[in-house]
Amino acid sequence: MSEGTENNFPPGEYGLEWMEREGDNVILNLGPTHPATHGVFRIVVELDGETIVNCDNQIGFLHRCFEKESENTTWGQVIPYTDRLNYVSPLMNNVGYVMAVEKLIGIDVPERAEYIRTIICELSRIWDHLLCIGAALVDLGALTNFWYFWRPREDIYDLVEELTGARLTTCYTRIGGLMADLTDGWIRKARHVIRETIPNAIRDVDRLVTKNRIFMDRTIGIGPISAEDAIAWGFTGPCLRAAGVPYDLRKDQPYLVYDRFDFDIPITDNGDTYDRYLIRMEEMWQSLRILEQAFDQIPGGPINVENWDVILPPKDEVYENIEALMAHFKIIMEGIKVPPGEVYHATEAANGELGFYIISSGEGTPYKIKVRPPCFAIFSAMPEMVRGHMVADLIAVMSSLNIIAGELER
Amino acid sequence: MSPASSVLEHIRERFSDHVLETLSFRGDDTVVVKRDALLSFMRFLRDDPEMSFDFLMDVTAVDWLEREPRYEVVYHLYSSGKNRRLRVKTRVPDDDPEVETVTGIWKGANWFEREVWDMYGIRVKGHPDLRRILMYDGFEGHPLRKDYQKDLRHPTVPSLDFPDPEKDVRRVIKATDLMRGSGREEGAQEPEKD
Repeated sequence: MSEGTENNFPPGEYGLEWMEREGDNVILNLGPTHPATHGVFRIVVELDGETIVNCDNQIGFLHRCFEKESENTTWGQVIPYTDRLNYVSPLMNNVGYVMAVEKLIGIDVPERAEYIRTIICELSRIWDHLLCIGAALVDLGALTNFWYFWRPREDIYDLVEELTGARLTTCYTRIGGLMADLTDGWIRKARHVIRETIPNAIRDVDRLVTKNRIFMDRTIGIGPISAEDAIAWGFTGPCLRAAGVPYDLRKDQPYLVYDRFDFDIPITDNGDTYDRYLIRMEEMWQSLRILEQAFDQIPGGPINVENWDVILPPKDEVYENIEALMAHFKIIMEGIKVPPGEVYHATEAANGELGFYIISSGEGTPYKIKVRPPCFAIFSAMPEMVRGHMVADLIAVMSSLNIIAGELER
Repeated sequence: MSPASSVLEHIRERFSDHVLETLSFRGDDTVVVKRDALLSFMRFLRDDPEMSFDFLMDVTAVDWLEREPRYEVVYHLYSSGKNRRLRVKTRVPDDDPEVETVTGIWKGANWFEREVWDMYGIRVKGHPDLRRILMYDGFEGHPLRKDYQKDLRHPTVPSLDFPDPEKDVRRVIKATDLMRGSGREEGAQEPEKD
């Protein structure tokens, strides 16, 4: 800072003592609201010219007390809160949470429910990757791809709306089953989307971007992370697989019915922004493969467990049968009685490992719920990844990590 | 013997002095270690070829308000080589809520431990950058403690002042008044009579 200029941003007052030092470095503040930050968070960057010397990520602007609120609701009432974690793929959070509770209770859901959960998870994975890639390209100045990807996203929104009644706040799963079965003709419509709209859009963007000279110059070698560092930082999901570690819960610890499908886990070696893009593109093709097989294999039968201690009885039973009425009343007023104990259950969400650590004291309300959001660990490693790069690269790296403030800050 | 319980067996043999408890529930293995042995135990879990827990997935704490010691700090580990998980706990008393940092073993512990400090008020000794993370600087209290009231209004948040019907009432100025040149200031004192 040149002499005579008044310092309007004394870093010490903002908890950034490390920035108070001699030198000509410029401090740049990005956020909390900034067009390039996907969600509300703040990045304070120390620059030498245009080169990043250090950066500090500050989060918490979207903290909504998910965990505190959960301790004051019944087990079932937590499900709508989980929609708001990763709001780009809410169905995956619904599935992750109820599977953790089912693990603690010790029940298995019917096969058809497992298939439907797999289908909505894979649809959400595509949904999430479409937005991540589209938005990452917007940050690099390529707006067209965002609209190319908007079309299939809109089709997926329509499918989800038909299934759940909502486009964003789905609240579709229930402890012990699902809110509703697939509607008539849903699979036919979904087949059309996964055979026509999604592949066409991916091919369009692939042709436009993957071998594009400008895109390659902007992303190859930018924000790389080695396999050892990625593991030490707790990376999971596409960002870890881009660094060459083939860890995917769908293969390593198969849940739902993933062990019945034939699909591959793509990995690359360099761990840079370009590789993260490639991984996400390939994962969408693999998800389409899973969906095709799931639509072929899906069996008939019930979608809910036949256990009225856990799931609401059918409405016509409630009106005519005292047992069902009592079960309904008890679940609504007191909540499901989950046996005392604690479990950690992880699923492979679009960003990586989404873990739920839940503790029950045997009451109708959870004693504690802790969410392990995948992007929390990934975002904490960002300062190390961008040091020595340019400011514009910071934006490219950040959008390739796919930070979703809703699950980051809960 | 299942491979999972053989891990617990191995741990009990190697660290019999420091392990307070082991248990297996619904397929999850848990080890409770003494607080002063935490760091050496964690290093063993990562570096021992039988263990090789290379991922630290999550760090959190639990407030057992009634129990003694009051807090538990919970670490979730994963071994990619052996493909298995382990939960490690250590107990922390209310009068000295402090654990040692594991950032020297797994770099990713940094933010998770800041969250433990922020939400539960458990100090992390040796942490490189122990600031609040989800709450703001100047926030008082630690919200996930069981004795933190859910509906507490924080002193730094301005209270909602409802308008006083006697003082703060606003008068509608008629457009015709304005056109005749009677301004808001003089009109506010004495309403004009038509």
